[in-house]
Amino acid sequence: MEAIERVLAARDPGRLKITDYIDALFTDFFEQRGDRICKEDPSILGGIAMFDDIPVTVIGHRKGKDVDENITCNFGMPGPEAFRKALRLMKQAEKFDRPVITFVDTPGAYPGKEAEMNGISRAIADNLAVMSTLRVPIITIVTGEGSSGGALAISVANRIYMLENAVYSVLSPEGFASILWHDSKRRDEAASVMKLTAKDLYEFGIVEGILSEEDPTEEVRKAIKTALCDLKDKTKEEIVSERYEKFRKFDAGFLKNE
Amino acid sequence: MINAVDNRKDKFRRYKKLRKDPTPYLEALEKDDKPYTAFDRIADTADGGSFESFDLSCPELDPLNFTGYLDKKKTLEEETGIEDAIVAGTCTIGGYKTVLCVMDKRFMMASMGIYVGEAVAKAAEYAHENKLPLIIFTASGGARMQEGIVALMQMAKTSAVIEKFKEEGGLYISVLTDPTTGGVSASFAMLGDITLAEEDALIGFAGPRVIEQTIGEKLPKGFQRADFLKEHGHVDEVVKRSVIRSKLILLLKLHERKQ
Repeated sequence: MEAIERVLAARDPGRLKITDYIDALFTDFFEQRGDRICKEDPSILGGIAMFDDIPVTVIGHRKGKDVDENITCNFGMPGPEAFRKALRLMKQAEKFDRPVITFVDTPGAYPGKEAEMNGISRAIADNLAVMSTLRVPIITIVTGEGSSGGALAISVANRIYMLENAVYSVLSPEGFASILWHDSKRRDEAASVMKLTAKDLYEFGIVEGILSEEDPTEEVRKAIKTALCDLKDKTKEEIVSERYEKFRKFDAGFLKNE
Repeated sequence: MINAVDNRKDKFRRYKKLRKDPTPYLEALEKDDKPYTAFDRIADTADGGSFESFDLSCPELDPLNFTGYLDKKKTLEEETGIEDAIVAGTCTIGGYKTVLCVMDKRFMMASMGIYVGEAVAKAAEYAHENKLPLIIFTASGGARMQEGIVALMQMAKTSAVIEKFKEEGGLYISVLTDPTTGGVSASFAMLGDITLAEEDALIGFAGPRVIEQTIGEKLPKGFQRADFLKEHGHVDEVVKRSVIRSKLILLLKLHERKQ
Protein backbone atom coordinates (compact mmCIF):
# COMPACT_ATOMS: atom_id res chain seq x y z
CA MET A 1 0.00 0.00 0.00
CA GLU A 2 1.37 3.43 -0.99
CA ALA A 3 1.84 6.00 1.77
CA ILE A 4 -0.82 8.29 0.28
CA GLU A 5 -3.37 5.46 0.36
CA ARG A 6 -2.77 5.13 4.07
CA VAL A 7 -3.13 8.91 4.49
CA LEU A 8 -6.51 8.71 2.77
CA ALA A 9 -7.53 5.63 4.77
CA ALA A 10 -6.56 7.44 7.98
CA ARG A 11 -8.83 10.34 6.97
CA ASP A 12 -11.74 8.19 5.77
CA PRO A 13 -14.95 9.59 7.27
CA GLY A 14 -16.16 6.03 7.93
CA ARG A 15 -13.16 5.22 10.10
CA LEU A 16 -13.79 4.38 13.76
CA LYS A 17 -13.89 7.47 15.98
CA ILE A 18 -12.90 7.98 19.60
CA THR A 19 -16.54 7.55 20.59
CA ASP A 20 -16.57 4.09 18.96
CA TYR A 21 -13.46 3.09 20.90
CA ILE A 22 -14.92 4.39 24.15
CA ASP A 23 -18.11 2.36 23.58
CA ALA A 24 -16.17 -0.78 22.72
CA LEU A 25 -13.36 -0.71 25.26
CA PHE A 26 -14.54 1.07 28.38
CA THR A 27 -17.50 1.03 30.73
CA ASP A 28 -19.02 3.71 32.96
CA PHE A 29 -17.63 6.59 30.89
CA PHE A 30 -18.13 9.99 32.51
CA GLU A 31 -17.36 12.92 30.22
CA GLN A 32 -15.52 15.90 31.70
CA ARG A 33 -15.90 19.23 29.99
CA GLY A 34 -14.25 22.63 29.96
CA ASP A 35 -10.86 24.19 30.60
CA ARG A 36 -12.09 25.92 33.83
CA ILE A 37 -10.96 29.25 32.43
CA CYS A 38 -13.36 30.23 29.70
CA LYS A 39 -14.55 27.52 27.34
CA GLU A 40 -15.54 23.98 26.48
CA ASP A 41 -13.84 22.97 23.23
CA PRO A 42 -15.32 19.65 22.07
CA SER A 43 -12.53 18.93 19.55
CA ILE A 44 -10.89 17.02 22.39
CA LEU A 45 -13.08 14.58 24.30
CA GLY A 46 -12.10 13.49 27.78
CA GLY A 47 -13.34 11.78 30.88
CA ILE A 48 -13.05 8.93 33.35
CA ALA A 49 -14.00 5.33 32.60
CA MET A 50 -13.35 1.77 33.65
CA PHE A 51 -11.02 -0.38 31.62
CA ASP A 52 -11.69 -3.91 32.82
CA ASP A 53 -11.58 -3.29 36.54
CA ILE A 54 -9.42 -0.19 36.75
CA PRO A 55 -10.39 3.46 36.45
CA VAL A 56 -8.54 5.36 33.72
CA THR A 57 -8.59 8.84 32.23
CA VAL A 58 -9.45 8.82 28.53
CA ILE A 59 -8.55 11.77 26.30
CA GLY A 60 -8.61 12.06 22.53
CA HIS A 61 -9.36 14.10 19.45
CA ARG A 62 -13.01 13.99 18.44
CA LYS A 63 -14.09 13.87 14.83
CA GLY A 64 -17.77 13.71 13.90
CA LYS A 65 -19.66 11.13 11.88
CA ASP A 66 -21.34 13.73 9.66
CA VAL A 67 -20.91 17.37 8.70
CA ASP A 68 -23.01 18.71 11.57
CA GLU A 69 -21.09 16.75 14.14
CA ASN A 70 -17.85 17.75 12.51
CA ILE A 71 -18.73 21.43 12.66
CA THR A 72 -19.50 21.05 16.37
CA CYS A 73 -16.15 19.43 17.12
CA ASN A 74 -14.25 21.56 14.58
CA PHE A 75 -13.16 18.49 12.58
CA GLY A 76 -10.95 17.40 15.45
CA MET A 77 -8.79 20.54 15.35
CA PRO A 78 -8.20 21.68 18.93
CA GLY A 79 -7.87 25.23 20.09
CA PRO A 80 -5.96 26.18 23.26
CA GLU A 81 -8.98 25.52 25.49
CA ALA A 82 -9.11 21.91 24.33
CA PHE A 83 -5.44 21.38 25.16
CA ARG A 84 -5.97 23.01 28.56
CA LYS A 85 -8.89 20.69 29.24
CA ALA A 86 -6.68 17.73 28.34
CA LEU A 87 -4.01 19.06 30.69
CA ARG A 88 -6.51 19.52 33.50
CA LEU A 89 -7.67 15.93 33.10
CA MET A 90 -4.12 14.59 33.03
CA LYS A 91 -3.19 16.40 36.24
CA GLN A 92 -6.33 15.02 37.84
CA ALA A 93 -5.41 11.53 36.67
CA GLU A 94 -2.08 12.00 38.42
CA LYS A 95 -3.81 13.07 41.63
CA PHE A 96 -6.08 9.99 41.65
CA ASP A 97 -3.36 7.69 40.34
CA ARG A 98 -5.21 6.75 37.16
CA PRO A 99 -3.38 5.77 33.98
CA VAL A 100 -4.04 8.07 31.02
CA ILE A 101 -5.12 6.61 27.68
CA THR A 102 -5.07 9.00 24.70
CA PHE A 103 -6.48 8.56 21.20
CA VAL A 104 -4.93 10.58 18.38
CA ASP A 105 -6.88 11.55 15.28
CA THR A 106 -6.43 15.17 14.18
CA PRO A 107 -5.55 17.20 11.09
CA GLY A 108 -3.63 19.45 13.53
CA ALA A 109 -4.20 22.26 16.01
CA TYR A 110 -6.65 24.88 14.75
CA PRO A 111 -4.97 27.78 12.91
CA GLY A 112 -7.50 30.41 13.92
CA LYS A 113 -7.53 33.98 15.15
CA GLU A 114 -8.92 33.31 18.65
CA ALA A 115 -6.58 30.34 19.02
CA GLU A 116 -3.62 32.69 18.64
CA MET A 117 -5.06 35.32 20.96
CA ASN A 118 -5.75 32.70 23.61
CA GLY A 119 -2.25 31.28 23.52
CA ILE A 120 -2.31 28.07 21.51
CA SER A 121 1.49 27.87 21.43
CA ARG A 122 1.77 28.03 25.19
CA ALA A 123 -1.09 25.55 25.58
CA ILE A 124 0.70 22.95 23.44
CA ALA A 125 4.07 23.65 25.08
CA ASP A 126 2.53 23.25 28.55
CA ASN A 127 1.11 19.86 27.60
CA LEU A 128 4.49 18.68 26.33
CA ALA A 129 6.22 19.87 29.51
CA VAL A 130 3.66 18.48 31.95
CA MET A 131 3.25 15.14 30.18
CA SER A 132 7.01 14.67 30.35
CA THR A 133 6.83 14.76 34.15
CA LEU A 134 3.42 13.15 34.82
CA ARG A 135 3.72 10.46 37.50
CA VAL A 136 1.19 8.02 36.02
CA PRO A 137 1.49 5.86 32.88
CA ILE A 138 0.43 7.46 29.60
CA ILE A 139 -0.55 5.20 26.71
CA THR A 140 -1.29 6.61 23.27
CA ILE A 141 -3.11 4.98 20.36
CA VAL A 142 -2.80 6.74 17.01
CA THR A 143 -6.06 5.67 15.38
CA GLY A 144 -6.24 7.99 12.36
CA GLU A 145 -4.39 11.15 11.39
CA GLY A 146 -1.64 12.22 13.73
CA SER A 147 -0.68 15.58 12.40
CA SER A 148 1.80 18.03 13.86
CA GLY A 149 1.85 19.69 17.26
CA GLY A 150 -1.87 19.09 17.71
CA ALA A 151 -1.20 15.35 17.79
CA LEU A 152 2.01 15.54 19.80
CA ALA A 153 0.29 17.63 22.50
CA ILE A 154 -1.53 14.52 23.78
CA SER A 155 1.06 11.87 22.84
CA VAL A 156 4.10 12.31 25.05
CA ALA A 157 3.47 8.78 26.24
CA ASN A 158 5.24 5.80 27.79
CA ARG A 159 3.85 3.58 25.04
CA ILE A 160 2.57 4.58 21.63
CA TYR A 161 0.74 2.20 19.30
CA MET A 162 -0.45 2.89 15.79
CA LEU A 163 -3.15 1.21 13.75
CA GLU A 164 -1.63 -0.11 10.55
CA ASN A 165 -3.25 2.54 8.35
CA ALA A 166 -2.84 5.41 10.76
CA VAL A 167 -0.27 8.08 9.95
CA TYR A 168 1.78 10.38 12.18
CA SER A 169 3.75 13.25 10.73
CA VAL A 170 5.34 16.64 11.29
CA LEU A 171 2.63 18.24 9.14
CA SER A 172 0.00 17.12 6.62
CA PRO A 173 1.47 16.03 3.26
CA GLU A 174 -0.31 19.02 1.70
CA GLY A 175 1.38 21.39 4.15
CA PHE A 176 4.74 19.71 3.68
CA ALA A 177 4.51 20.03 -0.13
CA SER A 178 3.38 23.61 0.18
CA ILE A 179 6.31 24.59 2.43
CA LEU A 180 9.07 22.71 0.62
CA TRP A 181 7.90 22.83 -2.99
CA HIS A 182 5.37 25.70 -2.90
CA ASP A 183 2.84 23.34 -4.39
CA SER A 184 0.28 21.59 -2.18
CA LYS A 185 -0.83 19.49 -5.17
CA ARG A 186 2.34 17.43 -4.81
CA ARG A 187 0.68 15.82 -1.79
CA ASP A 188 1.12 12.22 -2.95
CA GLU A 189 4.83 12.71 -3.55
CA ALA A 190 5.15 14.37 -0.13
CA ALA A 191 3.45 11.41 1.54
CA SER A 192 5.88 9.06 -0.15
CA VAL A 193 8.99 10.80 1.23
CA MET A 194 7.76 11.85 4.69
CA LYS A 195 8.09 8.46 6.42
CA LEU A 196 4.72 8.82 8.11
CA THR A 197 3.40 5.25 8.15
CA ALA A 198 3.17 3.03 11.22
CA LYS A 199 6.06 0.95 9.92
CA ASP A 200 8.26 4.06 9.47
CA LEU A 201 7.49 5.24 12.99
CA TYR A 202 8.16 1.81 14.39
CA GLU A 203 11.55 1.80 12.69
CA PHE A 204 12.35 5.22 14.16
CA GLY A 205 11.56 3.86 17.61
CA ILE A 206 8.75 6.36 18.11
CA VAL A 207 5.98 3.75 18.37
CA GLU A 208 6.16 0.46 20.23
CA GLY A 209 3.71 -1.50 18.13
CA ILE A 210 1.62 -1.65 14.96
CA LEU A 211 -1.96 -2.84 15.34
CA SER A 212 -3.80 -4.83 12.68
CA GLU A 213 -7.06 -3.34 11.43
CA GLU A 214 -8.89 -6.59 10.92
CA ASP A 215 -10.52 -6.15 14.30
CA PRO A 216 -9.27 -2.73 15.41
CA THR A 217 -11.09 -2.40 18.73
CA GLU A 218 -9.91 -5.83 19.83
CA GLU A 219 -6.32 -5.02 18.82
CA VAL A 220 -6.46 -1.71 20.68
CA ARG A 221 -7.85 -3.50 23.74
CA LYS A 222 -4.97 -5.96 23.71
CA ALA A 223 -2.39 -3.20 23.27
CA ILE A 224 -3.75 -1.16 26.20
CA LYS A 225 -3.89 -4.28 28.35
CA THR A 226 -0.31 -5.26 27.53
CA ALA A 227 0.96 -1.74 28.20
CA LEU A 228 -0.91 -1.38 31.50
CA CYS A 229 0.30 -4.77 32.64
CA ASP A 230 3.85 -3.91 31.69
CA LEU A 231 3.76 -0.55 33.50
CA LYS A 232 1.81 -1.49 36.63
CA ASP A 233 4.77 -2.69 38.68
CA LYS A 234 6.98 0.26 37.90
CA THR A 235 7.46 2.99 40.48
CA LYS A 236 6.33 6.52 39.74
CA GLU A 237 9.96 7.53 39.28
CA GLU A 238 10.47 4.75 36.76
CA ILE A 239 7.33 5.75 34.86
CA VAL A 240 8.62 9.32 34.58
CA SER A 241 12.22 8.43 33.76
CA GLU A 242 11.43 5.83 31.09
CA ARG A 243 9.12 8.30 29.34
CA TYR A 244 11.77 11.00 29.61
CA GLU A 245 14.39 8.72 28.08
CA LYS A 246 12.03 7.68 25.29
CA PHE A 247 11.93 11.27 24.05
CA ARG A 248 15.43 12.35 25.11
CA LYS A 249 16.91 9.66 22.88
CA PHE A 250 16.08 11.47 19.63
CA ASP A 251 19.58 12.87 19.58
CA ALA A 252 22.57 12.82 17.27
CA GLY A 253 23.16 9.13 17.81
CA PHE A 254 19.79 7.46 17.57
CA LEU A 255 19.64 7.06 13.80
CA LYS A 256 22.87 5.09 13.82
CA ASN A 257 21.60 2.81 16.55
CA GLU A 258 18.60 1.65 14.57
CA MET B 1 34.85 24.25 9.46
CA ILE B 2 38.06 26.33 9.24
CA ASN B 3 36.19 29.04 7.40
CA ALA B 4 33.39 29.05 9.86
CA VAL B 5 35.70 29.37 12.83
CA ASP B 6 37.65 32.22 11.20
CA ASN B 7 34.43 33.89 10.31
CA ARG B 8 33.26 33.66 13.87
CA LYS B 9 36.49 35.05 15.33
CA ASP B 10 36.38 37.87 12.86
CA LYS B 11 32.88 38.79 13.92
CA PHE B 12 33.84 38.89 17.57
CA ARG B 13 36.89 41.02 16.80
CA ARG B 14 34.73 43.44 14.89
CA TYR B 15 32.31 43.99 17.72
CA LYS B 16 34.46 43.59 20.77
CA LYS B 17 35.46 47.24 20.89
CA LEU B 18 31.81 48.24 20.89
CA ARG B 19 31.14 46.53 24.18
CA LYS B 20 31.74 49.57 26.41
CA ASP B 21 28.75 51.50 25.26
CA PRO B 22 26.90 49.63 22.54
CA THR B 23 23.79 51.81 22.56
CA PRO B 24 24.54 54.16 19.65
CA TYR B 25 25.73 51.26 17.54
CA LEU B 26 22.68 49.18 18.37
CA GLU B 27 20.33 52.02 17.64
CA ALA B 28 21.95 52.38 14.25
CA LEU B 29 21.71 48.65 13.73
CA GLU B 30 17.98 48.64 14.42
CA LYS B 31 17.50 50.73 11.30
CA ASP B 32 19.82 48.52 9.31
CA ASP B 33 18.33 45.92 7.00
CA LYS B 34 21.38 43.65 6.96
CA PRO B 35 20.60 40.29 8.54
CA TYR B 36 21.17 40.39 12.26
CA THR B 37 23.12 37.21 12.88
CA ALA B 38 23.65 34.99 15.91
CA PHE B 39 27.17 36.47 16.09
CA ASP B 40 25.77 39.99 16.19
CA ARG B 41 23.36 38.97 18.91
CA ILE B 42 26.07 37.33 20.99
CA ALA B 43 28.39 40.30 20.56
CA ASP B 44 25.61 42.65 21.65
CA THR B 45 24.47 40.52 24.58
CA ALA B 46 27.49 38.84 26.15
CA ASP B 47 30.40 40.59 27.85
CA GLY B 48 33.16 41.13 25.29
CA GLY B 49 35.11 37.98 24.50
CA SER B 50 33.33 35.90 27.16
CA PHE B 51 31.32 33.61 24.88
CA GLU B 52 32.58 30.05 24.47
CA SER B 53 30.49 27.81 22.26
CA PHE B 54 29.66 24.21 23.13
CA ASP B 55 31.00 21.51 20.88
CA LEU B 56 27.78 20.45 19.22
CA SER B 57 29.32 18.71 16.25
CA CYS B 58 26.76 16.30 15.02
CA PRO B 59 27.10 13.53 12.45
CA GLU B 60 25.33 14.22 9.16
CA LEU B 61 21.72 13.48 9.98
CA ASP B 62 19.13 13.01 7.29
CA PRO B 63 16.27 10.93 8.70
CA LEU B 64 14.16 11.15 5.53
CA ASN B 65 17.12 10.85 3.11
CA PHE B 66 15.61 14.00 1.68
CA THR B 67 17.00 14.92 -1.75
CA GLY B 68 19.52 17.75 -1.54
CA TYR B 69 19.15 18.30 2.21
CA LEU B 70 22.73 17.60 3.29
CA ASP B 71 24.14 19.57 0.34
CA LYS B 72 21.94 22.50 1.26
CA LYS B 73 23.16 22.36 4.85
CA LYS B 74 26.77 22.26 3.72
CA THR B 75 26.34 25.30 1.49
CA LEU B 76 24.62 27.20 4.27
CA GLU B 77 27.33 26.26 6.74
CA GLU B 78 29.91 27.81 4.44
CA GLU B 79 27.82 30.91 3.82
CA THR B 80 26.80 31.58 7.41
CA GLY B 81 29.71 30.27 9.47
CA ILE B 82 27.37 28.26 11.69
CA GLU B 83 26.76 24.51 11.65
CA ASP B 84 23.00 24.76 11.93
CA ALA B 85 20.32 27.22 13.00
CA ILE B 86 21.55 27.78 16.54
CA VAL B 87 24.69 28.77 18.42
CA ALA B 88 24.93 27.69 22.05
CA GLY B 89 27.53 28.18 24.75
CA THR B 90 28.42 29.91 27.97
CA CYS B 91 29.26 33.53 28.59
CA THR B 92 28.99 36.26 31.14
CA ILE B 93 26.40 39.01 30.85
CA GLY B 94 27.10 41.95 33.12
CA GLY B 95 29.43 39.61 34.97
CA TYR B 96 26.78 36.90 35.52
CA LYS B 97 27.79 33.50 34.18
CA THR B 98 25.05 32.23 31.90
CA VAL B 99 24.22 29.59 29.30
CA LEU B 100 23.21 31.38 26.11
CA CYS B 101 21.58 30.03 22.93
CA VAL B 102 20.86 32.15 19.89
CA MET B 103 18.89 30.95 16.89
CA ASP B 104 19.82 32.32 13.49
CA LYS B 105 17.19 32.55 10.78
CA ARG B 106 19.74 32.69 7.95
CA PHE B 107 19.95 28.93 8.35
CA MET B 108 16.76 27.45 6.83
CA MET B 109 14.55 29.95 8.68
CA ALA B 110 16.04 28.60 11.91
CA SER B 111 13.83 25.55 11.66
CA MET B 112 14.27 22.92 14.36
CA GLY B 113 15.68 19.52 13.50
CA ILE B 114 17.87 17.21 15.55
CA TYR B 115 20.79 19.67 15.73
CA VAL B 116 18.71 22.52 17.15
CA GLY B 117 16.82 20.19 19.50
CA GLU B 118 20.05 18.71 20.74
CA ALA B 119 21.66 22.14 21.23
CA VAL B 120 18.73 23.30 23.36
CA ALA B 121 18.68 20.04 25.34
CA LYS B 122 22.43 20.10 25.98
CA ALA B 123 22.35 23.77 26.93
CA ALA B 124 19.59 23.09 29.48
CA GLU B 125 21.44 20.05 30.82
CA TYR B 126 24.67 22.04 31.14
CA ALA B 127 22.81 24.86 32.89
CA HIS B 128 21.22 22.29 35.20
CA GLU B 129 24.50 20.58 36.11
CA ASN B 130 26.32 23.84 36.66
CA LYS B 131 23.44 25.70 38.30
CA LEU B 132 23.49 28.47 35.71
CA PRO B 133 20.64 30.48 34.24
CA LEU B 134 19.58 29.64 30.68
CA ILE B 135 18.77 32.33 28.14
CA ILE B 136 17.48 31.44 24.68
CA PHE B 137 16.91 33.94 21.89
CA THR B 138 14.33 32.13 19.79
CA ALA B 139 13.61 32.64 16.11
CA SER B 140 12.17 29.94 13.92
CA GLY B 141 9.80 29.02 11.17
CA GLY B 142 9.00 25.86 13.17
CA ALA B 143 9.89 22.20 12.90
CA ARG B 144 12.26 21.36 10.04
CA MET B 145 10.20 19.67 7.36
CA GLN B 146 13.24 17.93 5.86
CA GLU B 147 13.65 15.90 9.06
CA GLY B 148 9.99 14.86 9.19
CA ILE B 149 8.57 13.25 12.32
CA VAL B 150 12.00 13.27 13.99
CA ALA B 151 11.82 17.08 13.93
CA LEU B 152 8.42 16.92 15.65
CA MET B 153 9.94 14.76 18.38
CA GLN B 154 12.40 17.58 19.14
CA MET B 155 9.45 19.57 20.49
CA ALA B 156 8.78 16.89 23.09
CA LYS B 157 12.47 16.45 23.83
CA THR B 158 13.31 20.13 24.36
CA SER B 159 10.17 20.70 26.45
CA ALA B 160 10.99 17.72 28.65
CA VAL B 161 14.60 18.77 29.28
CA ILE B 162 13.66 22.38 29.97
CA GLU B 163 10.82 21.37 32.28
CA LYS B 164 13.20 19.21 34.29
CA PHE B 165 15.71 22.09 34.52
CA LYS B 166 12.97 24.48 35.67
CA GLU B 167 11.48 22.03 38.18
CA GLU B 168 14.82 21.80 39.91
CA GLY B 169 15.10 25.54 40.39
CA GLY B 170 16.74 26.64 37.14
CA LEU B 171 15.96 30.07 35.70
CA TYR B 172 14.98 30.05 32.04
CA ILE B 173 14.59 33.36 30.21
CA SER B 174 13.10 33.14 26.75
CA VAL B 175 13.60 36.08 24.40
CA LEU B 176 11.26 35.80 21.44
CA THR B 177 12.63 37.40 18.29
CA ASP B 178 11.32 37.74 14.77
CA PRO B 179 9.85 35.31 13.75
CA THR B 180 9.09 32.69 16.42
CA THR B 181 6.44 30.36 15.06
CA GLY B 182 5.27 26.76 14.68
CA GLY B 183 6.93 23.95 16.57
CA VAL B 184 9.46 26.19 18.31
CA SER B 185 6.79 28.59 19.49
CA ALA B 186 4.71 25.60 20.67
CA SER B 187 7.57 24.14 22.69
CA PHE B 188 10.60 25.64 24.44
CA ALA B 189 10.04 29.24 23.26
CA MET B 190 6.86 29.54 25.33
CA LEU B 191 8.15 27.82 28.45
CA GLY B 192 10.19 30.69 29.91
CA ASP B 193 9.99 31.61 33.58
CA ILE B 194 10.41 35.07 32.15
CA THR B 195 9.41 35.75 28.56
CA LEU B 196 10.56 38.85 26.68
CA ALA B 197 9.62 39.70 23.11
CA GLU B 198 11.71 41.86 20.84
CA GLU B 199 9.87 44.87 19.50
CA ASP B 200 7.72 44.11 16.45
CA ALA B 201 8.66 40.39 16.36
CA LEU B 202 6.12 38.06 14.75
CA ILE B 203 5.22 35.39 17.30
CA GLY B 204 2.57 32.72 16.84
CA PHE B 205 1.73 29.12 16.23
CA ALA B 206 0.26 29.26 12.73
CA GLY B 207 1.65 31.64 10.13
CA PRO B 208 -0.57 34.61 9.24
CA ARG B 209 -1.09 33.36 5.67
CA VAL B 210 -2.37 29.98 6.89
CA ILE B 211 -4.76 31.67 9.33
CA GLU B 212 -6.10 34.00 6.65
CA GLN B 213 -6.70 31.06 4.32
CA THR B 214 -8.44 29.10 7.09
CA ILE B 215 -10.78 31.81 8.34
CA GLY B 216 -11.24 33.56 5.00
CA GLU B 217 -10.57 37.05 6.27
CA LYS B 218 -7.68 39.48 6.48
CA LEU B 219 -5.93 39.72 9.81
CA PRO B 220 -5.79 43.12 11.50
CA LYS B 221 -2.57 45.10 11.49
CA GLY B 222 -0.26 44.11 14.32
CA PHE B 223 -1.79 40.62 14.68
CA GLN B 224 0.77 38.20 16.22
CA ARG B 225 3.27 41.04 16.72
CA ALA B 226 5.08 41.49 20.04
CA ASP B 227 2.67 44.13 21.39
CA PHE B 228 -0.31 41.91 20.52
CA LEU B 229 1.25 39.09 22.55
CA LYS B 230 1.74 41.43 25.50
CA GLU B 231 -1.81 42.71 25.26
CA HIS B 232 -3.14 39.11 25.31
CA GLY B 233 -1.04 38.12 28.28
CA HIS B 234 1.61 35.93 26.69
CA VAL B 235 4.83 37.87 27.35
CA ASP B 236 6.14 39.85 30.29
CA GLU B 237 7.60 42.72 28.34
CA VAL B 238 8.28 43.97 24.84
CA VAL B 239 11.83 45.26 24.51
CA LYS B 240 13.84 47.20 21.97
CA ARG B 241 16.98 45.45 20.79
CA SER B 242 19.17 48.16 22.30
CA VAL B 243 17.93 47.51 25.84
CA ILE B 244 17.76 43.71 25.87
CA ARG B 245 21.22 43.35 27.38
CA SER B 246 20.49 45.72 30.25
CA LYS B 247 17.11 44.04 30.83
CA LEU B 248 18.81 40.65 31.02
CA ILE B 249 21.39 41.96 33.50
CA LEU B 250 18.53 43.22 35.67
CA LEU B 251 16.77 39.84 35.54
CA LEU B 252 19.98 37.93 36.29
CA LYS B 253 20.54 40.21 39.29
CA LEU B 254 17.01 39.58 40.54
CA HIS B 255 17.61 35.82 40.37
CA GLU B 256 21.15 35.76 41.70
CA ARG B 257 21.71 32.72 43.92
CA LYS B 258 23.32 33.77 47.17
CA GLN B 259 26.13 31.46 48.19
